Amino acid sequence: MSLLELKNVTLKFGGVTAVNELSLSVEEGQVFALVGPNGAGKSTVFNMISRFYTPVTGSIVFDGRDLLTLKPHEVPQLGIARTFQNIELFDRATVLQNLLVGRHRLRKTTLVEEMFFVGRARAQERAHRHAVEEVIDFLDLQPYRNQMIAGLPYGVRKVVELARALSTRPRLLLLDEPASGLSVEETQDMRWWIDDIRRQMGITVLMVEHDMGLVSNVCDRVLALDGGRKLAEGTPAEVQSHPAVIEAYLGTAAVSKTANATGGRV
Amino acid sequence: MRFHFKTTYDQDIRLFPDWWTFGLYAALLAVMLILPWLIDGFFLGEVTNVLIWAVAGLGLMLLTGQTGQVSLGHSAFMALGCYLCVILMEAGVPFVAAFVLCGILTGVLGAIIALPALRLHGVYLAIATLALAILADDLIVILTPWTGGVAGKFTPEMTILGFEINRWANPASWYYLVLIVAVLVALIYRNLLRSPLGRAFAAIRDSEISAQAMGVDVAHTKAVAFGLSCAFTGLGGALMGLYAGAFNNETFNFLLAIQLLMMIVIGGLGFIHGAFLGAIVIAFLPQALSILSDQFGRAMSIPGLEMGVFGMILIAFIILEPMGLYGRWMKIRIWLELFPFARRDMFRRQKSYLKTERLR
Repeated sequence: MSLLELKNVTLKFGGVTAVNELSLSVEEGQVFALVGPNGAGKSTVFNMISRFYTPVTGSIVFDGRDLLTLKPHEVPQLGIARTFQNIELFDRATVLQNLLVGRHRLRKTTLVEEMFFVGRARAQERAHRHAVEEVIDFLDLQPYRNQMIAGLPYGVRKVVELARALSTRPRLLLLDEPASGLSVEETQDMRWWIDDIRRQMGITVLMVEHDMGLVSNVCDRVLALDGGRKLAEGTPAEVQSHPAVIEAYLGTAAVSKTANATGGRV
Repeated sequence: MRFHFKTTYDQDIRLFPDWWTFGLYAALLAVMLILPWLIDGFFLGEVTNVLIWAVAGLGLMLLTGQTGQVSLGHSAFMALGCYLCVILMEAGVPFVAAFVLCGILTGVLGAIIALPALRLHGVYLAIATLALAILADDLIVILTPWTGGVAGKFTPEMTILGFEINRWANPASWYYLVLIVAVLVALIYRNLLRSPLGRAFAAIRDSEISAQAMGVDVAHTKAVAFGLSCAFTGLGGALMGLYAGAFNNETFNFLLAIQLLMMIVIGGLGFIHGAFLGAIVIAFLPQALSILSDQFGRAMSIPGLEMGVFGMILIAFIILEPMGLYGRWMKIRIWLELFPFARRDMFRRQKSYLKTERLR
C-alpha cells in the first residue's frame, strides 16, 4: 500500500479549477517530485495535503487514514511535515527556538507542569534539545544556533525551514521549492541532504521543484502538472521526454506549426 | 564581554545563563527585600504601585508581546479579578485562597470570552475587546447587588495566617505581599517561555500558518494565552483595587486598559523587563508631572496634561525606539560590551522585522 494516495482530487476557487481530477500515489521511501509551469496547481496540492484547502471531490489518504477528516494542526501528528515556498519562519525567535517549535507535536507536559517547570518539563526540554541538536548537526546549522531569524540570509533561512520540518520527526516530508533562490553550491548541498534524508532517515519526500537538474538527480518519480491536470508521470527521464510536457513548457505545437508553414525548413 | 562555554543543555534550559547574571538578579531581589528600611512610607507606597502595575502589565505582555494579540479590554479583567476577590473574601474565604481563586476564575472566564473574540484579527480584536472594557462599567452598575454599583466597595480586612496586611498601619506588609506576587508571576511567565507553550505563543505571533503546520492548535493556544493573560491581569486588578481601599464602577475605566497597553509598548513589547520598566514610567509620570507643576505653578496644571504627555511619549517611542525602554537598554549594553567595536548600523536590521502588521 502506498504511503500517500490522492484519488480524483478536484479543487475549485470560484470559477477557477485549480486542481482537476488529480490522482497520485507516493510509495514509502520514494522521492517524488511535482513539476509544472507556474500556476499549475503544485503548491495547491501541498496546501490540500496540509489541509489548508479542502478539495471539492476526491480523497486524500495517508497511511490508511483519511486526511480530509483532520484539521490543519492535526496533520503533523500523523508525521507529515512541510516547508513553504515563501519561507514562513518565526522571525522574532532564534534558530534554536524555531526548531524547538518543530517538536511541539511531541509535547507531553500539561499547562501546570510548564507554569512551574516541574514534573516532566525539564526532562522533556532536554530530550527536545537533544533531538534538535541532531538535526542541527545534520544540516550544519551550528554557527546560527542562537541567531535571530530576522538577521539571517535567505539561503540559511531555507535550510532552517528544512531543519524545522525535520525536527518534527516526520514520515513524509513536503518540500515546496527547496532550491528556489539558492546558489549553485547551496543547491548541491540541498541535493545531498535530500538524498540523506531518504537514505539515512528513511523519510519519504514529496517535493515541488523547478530546477530540473535537482529533480533528475534525486527523484525516483516525477509527475508533471499543467492547469491542474496530470500531464505525465514516470521516471525523470520519461517525463522530461514526454511530448505533452515539452509542449506545456516549450509549446511544441507552435513550433511544428511554424515548421509546416515553412515547408519543414525551420 | 562574557563567553559561555556550554557543556550541557541545562545551561540553556535553566533560568539564568551564568552565575554573574544570577548574582545580579539575586542582588536586585536582596535590595527589594530590604527596601522598607531604605526609603520612607510614601516612596514605598509608590514602589508598591509600580509592582502592581507590573503584575497587570505582565498579563497583557503575555498576550500582546508574546502571542501578538492586541487587547484594549484588559481593564474589564482587572475589574473582574478585583470584584471576584472581594466578593469571595466577603463570603468568608481567607485572603490567600480568595486571591488565588480570583486569578484562576478570571483566567477561565477570560478564556471562555476569548474563544469567539479570537476569531478576529488585529484592529478588529482591539475594537471587540475595547467594547468589553466599556461594557464592564455598565455591567458593574447593573450587577449592583453583588458589586455595590456606583457606591462601590471597600477593601475588607486582609489577613494572612493571622497577620494583618494594612496599607496605613503597616505599608511594608503590603509591599511584601505585592513583591511576592510580582516575583511569582514573573517566574511563571519565564517558565512558560522556556516551555513548548511559550514557544507556541511566539509561533502564533510570527506566523499562524506555519504554527499550524508544526502541529500547534492555533485557536486553543490563543485561548490559553488569553486565559493566562487575564489571570495575571486579574491578580493585578485585585491588588490595585484592594490597595486603593475603595473602588467602584469607574475605578477600572477603559482608560486603564489603554494605559496598560501604552505601558508595555513603552517598556518593550515581548520582554518581562519591559513590563517592569513600563510600570515605572506609568506609575512615576503623574508624580513627576505634579512635582513639575508645583515648580512652575499654575501654568503647568492643565487638565488632561497627564494623558497628553503619555500620548506624546508613546508616539515618540513608536517612531524612535519601537523596542521600548528595554530594547534601548539592550542596545546600550551591547555597545558597552563591544566597546570600542560597536558599529553605528548594528541595529539597522531590527527595523525591517518590526513591521506594523506584526501587531495584527
